[in-house]
Amino acid sequence: MGTRAAISRIYRGEISADIVGRPKIWYTISGLLLALSIAGLLVQGLNFGVEFKGGSVFTFKAPSASIEQVRGAVTDGGAHQVIVQKAGGDWRVTTESLSSDQVTEVKTSVSKELTVPADKVSTQVVGASWGGEIQKKAWQALLVFMVLIIAYLSVAFEWRMAVAAVVALVHDLVITAGIYAWSGFEVTPATLLGFLTILGYSLYDAVVVFDMIKEVTKPLGPTSRTTYSEAANQALSSTLVRSLNTSLVAILPVGAILFIGTTLFGAGTLKDLSLALFVGMIVGTYSSICVATPLLVQFKEREPKYKQIRQNIARREQSSKRTSKAKVSAGAGASSPSAGENGPSDDDGGGDQQGTPEIRSTVTVRKVVQSGSRQQPKRGSRQQRRGGK
Amino acid sequence: MAPPKNAPKPGRTLLALFAIMVVMAGLAVWQGQTKPKLGLDLAGGTTVTLTAKTVNGKNPPANQMDQAVKIMTKRVNGLGVSDAEVAKQGSNNIVVNVPGEGQGRVVNLIGTTAKLQFRQVFAVADGKPSTGAAPAPSPSPSKSAGEKKDGSKSPSPSASASPSGGASPSASSTPRGRALSGAMTAPTPKPSGSAAPSAAPSASSPLGQPSGRPTAPTQEYPGVTDKAVISQFEALNCYGGDRRAPGSNDPNRKFVAACDQDEESGQAAKYILGPVRVLGESVSSASAMPPNAQQGQASWSVSLKFNGTGARQFGEVTTAASQAYQQNPSSPQAQVAIVLDGQVVSAPSIREGAITGGTASIDGPPDSFNEQYATDLANVLKYGALPLEFKQSSIDEVSSTLGSDQLTGGLIAGAIGLGLVVLYCLFYYRGLGVVAVTSLVVASVITYEAVVILGEGMGFRLSLPHIIGLIVSIGITADSFIVYFERLRDELRAGRKLRSSVENAWKRARRTILVADAVTFLAALVLYFLAVGGVAGFAFAMGLTTLIDVVVVFFFTKPMVALLARTSFFGRGHPMSGLDPRRLHKPQDTSAPAARTTSQEA
Repeated sequence: MGTRAAISRIYRGEISADIVGRPKIWYTISGLLLALSIAGLLVQGLNFGVEFKGGSVFTFKAPSASIEQVRGAVTDGGAHQVIVQKAGGDWRVTTESLSSDQVTEVKTSVSKELTVPADKVSTQVVGASWGGEIQKKAWQALLVFMVLIIAYLSVAFEWRMAVAAVVALVHDLVITAGIYAWSGFEVTPATLLGFLTILGYSLYDAVVVFDMIKEVTKPLGPTSRTTYSEAANQALSSTLVRSLNTSLVAILPVGAILFIGTTLFGAGTLKDLSLALFVGMIVGTYSSICVATPLLVQFKEREPKYKQIRQNIARREQSSKRTSKAKVSAGAGASSPSAGENGPSDDDGGGDQQGTPEIRSTVTVRKVVQSGSRQQPKRGSRQQRRGGK
Repeated sequence: MAPPKNAPKPGRTLLALFAIMVVMAGLAVWQGQTKPKLGLDLAGGTTVTLTAKTVNGKNPPANQMDQAVKIMTKRVNGLGVSDAEVAKQGSNNIVVNVPGEGQGRVVNLIGTTAKLQFRQVFAVADGKPSTGAAPAPSPSPSKSAGEKKDGSKSPSPSASASPSGGASPSASSTPRGRALSGAMTAPTPKPSGSAAPSAAPSASSPLGQPSGRPTAPTQEYPGVTDKAVISQFEALNCYGGDRRAPGSNDPNRKFVAACDQDEESGQAAKYILGPVRVLGESVSSASAMPPNAQQGQASWSVSLKFNGTGARQFGEVTTAASQAYQQNPSSPQAQVAIVLDGQVVSAPSIREGAITGGTASIDGPPDSFNEQYATDLANVLKYGALPLEFKQSSIDEVSSTLGSDQLTGGLIAGAIGLGLVVLYCLFYYRGLGVVAVTSLVVASVITYEAVVILGEGMGFRLSLPHIIGLIVSIGITADSFIVYFERLRDELRAGRKLRSSVENAWKRARRTILVADAVTFLAALVLYFLAVGGVAGFAFAMGLTTLIDVVVVFFFTKPMVALLARTSFFGRGHPMSGLDPRRLHKPQDTSAPAARTTSQEA
C-alpha cells in the first residue's frame, strides 16, 4: 500500500520536501562528491583512450579465435604494445602508433593468421597530438559556452540564476569526470560528446526549475506572507514531478543503449557515449534540484527586498502566535532561516508530520501558483485542514 | 504575448503541419533520396583528419585553408573518386571522407602538401645515423670509407659507385631516384654515355647490389656552410618511421638534410641539399607517361613542363650540376634532387649537359614507379601545392560490417528505450500520454525527413554518434510535453475548467520551453562552431532536434491537446484521460475524497 500511495501522490504532484530549507545537507553531499571526484582526478587520473594518447586500433570479427591467437597475429605483424579486448565476436586490438606501412603489415598478418578478409579489418590510426587538439578545443568550447550561457541567462532571468546554474553545471561535469576517474572507464571522443551533451541537459533542467521559481516569486512584496525560500521550495516541489518524469524519460533510452552497447559490443561508441550520458543525467537531475536551487535561494535571501520580507514575517509571528502557527504550518516545514529560528514550527510539524503537512503544502502551491491576492484558496485550505483533523 | 491567433483553430495548425510534412517527404522523393546518407563509420570507408602545421602554432589564415580545401577537392575529383568529401572543420582542420574500403592511397595523396622543389645535392650517405652506425647491408668499400674522417672529397671510392649507377642505371636495385641516367632528361634524351640503352638490361640487376649508392665519403661536406644541418644530417635516420627531417620542406632554408621518400630494397639514402633552385610553382603542367621501351625505360614517369622562369632556373641548375659532373663524375653536386614535401623523390646525376627545354621528367624504379604512382604524382603536381603543410591527425578506416552492427544495436536499443518511454507516458499520463506518443512519432518523422533532405542538400551524413544523439534528443524532447502537461495539470488542480486551462497552461509552458530550448540550442551552436572531429556533426544533430522540438510542441502537441479538450472524453475528465480532476486532487467540491485518500496513506 505504501508504494501505491506514494505513486498516487506523485501522480497528483503532491511530492513535497523541504529541499531548499536544508542546504547544508546537500552542500555536504555535493562537497564530499566533489572532493572525491577531484581526488580521483588527481590520484587516478582519467584513462584516456587511444584517440588522446595516440596509437593504432584494429577491429575485426574473428569469433573462433582465441586471445592468444589474436595477440600472436598482431605481434607477428610487427606491433609491440598490444592490448587485446574482446566484445562479443569482435576483437579490438590497441597498439602503439604505427605508420601506414606497419598498419598494412599488421592487417595482412591478421587476415592470414585468423582468416579474416583484409577489407573487414577496421583500422584507426591516431596521432598523439590529436587528442591534445580535441582537449584544447573542448576547453575552449566549454569556456565560450559558459560565458554565453551566463550572458543569456542573465538577460532571460538574472545573474544570480545564471551563476547558480553554471555552478551546478560545473558540479555535474566534475562529478561525472570523477566517476570516470575512479571507475577507470576509458575516455574517448564519444565520451567527450556525452560530456558536452550533459552541458545542455544540465542547464535545461535547471532552467525549467528557475522559470517556475521566477514565476512563483514574482508577486512577493513587503507584505507577503512567504519568504523567498519558502516560495522557491514550493516552486521546486511543484516541478519535482516534472523533473523526475523528464529525467526518467531521458534516461530510459540512454539506459537501453548503454545496456545493449555494453552487453553486445563492449567497448565502442555506443557504450562510451551512453555511459557518460547516463552518469551525467543522473548527476544533472540531482544538481538542478539540490545544488542550483538552494544556491540561488541563498543568493536571493541576501537581497534587501527579501530580507525585508523575512523580517516582516518574523515580526508578525512574534506579535501574534496564532498567525505564526498558521503561517508556519502552511509553509510546510518552512525555509532554512525561519525553521532554524522558530521552535514552534518544528513542534507543530512533529505531531503528524506524515500526513497533514503535505496537504497543506500543496495547498500553498496552489495559492502561490495562482499568484493572485484572492484569499479563497487559503481559506479553503484552512477549512480542509480542520476537516482533515 | 497575445494568445496565438490560431489558438481557437487547432485543426488548421495541425493541417498546416501535416502539409509541411508531406511537402518535406515530397522533396525527399523528388531529390531521389529516401534514406539518410550514412557516415563512413556506418557505410565503411576512410576518414582522415588533416591538421595544418604552422610554424608558430597559431591558426593558419582562413583563406589559405579555403584554398587548401579547394586544391584537395580538385585532387579528389582528378582521381576520379566519387562521393568523396573534403571539408574544413574548425580553424585548422580539414576532414577528408572517402567512402568505400581500401581507399588509403587516395586519402594519403589528398593531404600531401606537394611542395615541389629542385635542389642541388651536396652530400649523400646511407640513411642511418652516421655515428657508430654500421654501414648498410653489403656495403661497398666506399661506404665504410665514408664513415670516419677522410678529409678530402676522396673521389676514388665513390667514383666507382656513381658511374656504375650511371652507366647501368640499376634502377630496380637502388632507391628510387638513383636511376641516374633516366631520371631527369631533356625531352629528347641524348643517349650519350650509352646510359639509356643499358638501362633496360641492368634494371634487372640483383637487388642486393648496392652499387648505385653514391656515398659522400667526406666528413667535411664541401660547400656546406651550415653546421647545424651537418649535425642534423649525421644524426638523421631514414629507416622506418617518419622520413621527414625537420625543416626539410622549408624553401627558405639554404641547406637542408633530407631523406629518400621510400625505403627500397631495404635501403634509404639521406642527403644534404643546397638552396632551392626551382620551385614547384614553376611547373606549369605535369602528366604521367607510360614506359617508353624504345628509349629503354622500364618504368612510368612523370613529365614536367616548366613555365618561363622555371625553364630558365632549371636550365641553370642543370648546367651547374652538369659542370660538376664533368669535373668529377662522382661529385654529389652532379645530382639534382627532386624534393617533394621534404623528401627526395629522386636525385639524378646530370650528365648530358644542361636541360634548357623547359621540360623534365621524373622517374624511378619500375617496381614502385608504376602507373598508379606516376598518375598520382602528376595529379598532385598538376593541381598545385597546398598552401599549408598538413599532418594526418587521425585516420579511421572502417569496414562497413562493424559499423552496421553497431548501427543495428543502436537502433534496437533506441527502439527499446523509446518503447519504454511510450509505456511510461501512457502509464503516467493516460490519455495525454497518447498525445505525447504521437508527438514523439511526429518528431521522429520530421527528424527523419530533415536528415534525408539535409543529407542531399548539404551532405549531412549520419554517423553512429549522430544516431545516438538523435535517439537521446528525442527522449529529451519529451520534456517539452511534460512541462506542458504538468502545467496543465497544475491549472486543473487549481480548479480551472479544462478549456481555459489548456490556453493558460500553454502561455506559461511556452515561455519555459522556449527559454530551455534556447539554452540547448546555444550549446549546440557553440559546439558546432568550436568543435573538432565528430563533435560538429553531433552538435548539428542536437541543434536540429531542438528546433524540431519547438516545431512539434507549437504546431502539434498544443493544437492536439486543444482539439482533444473539446471531446467529451477529455473534456469531462474521464479517468483514463489523464485529466481526471478527482485523481488530480482538484480542490473545491472534491476536496473531501482527496483528503480521505491522503489520510489513508498516513
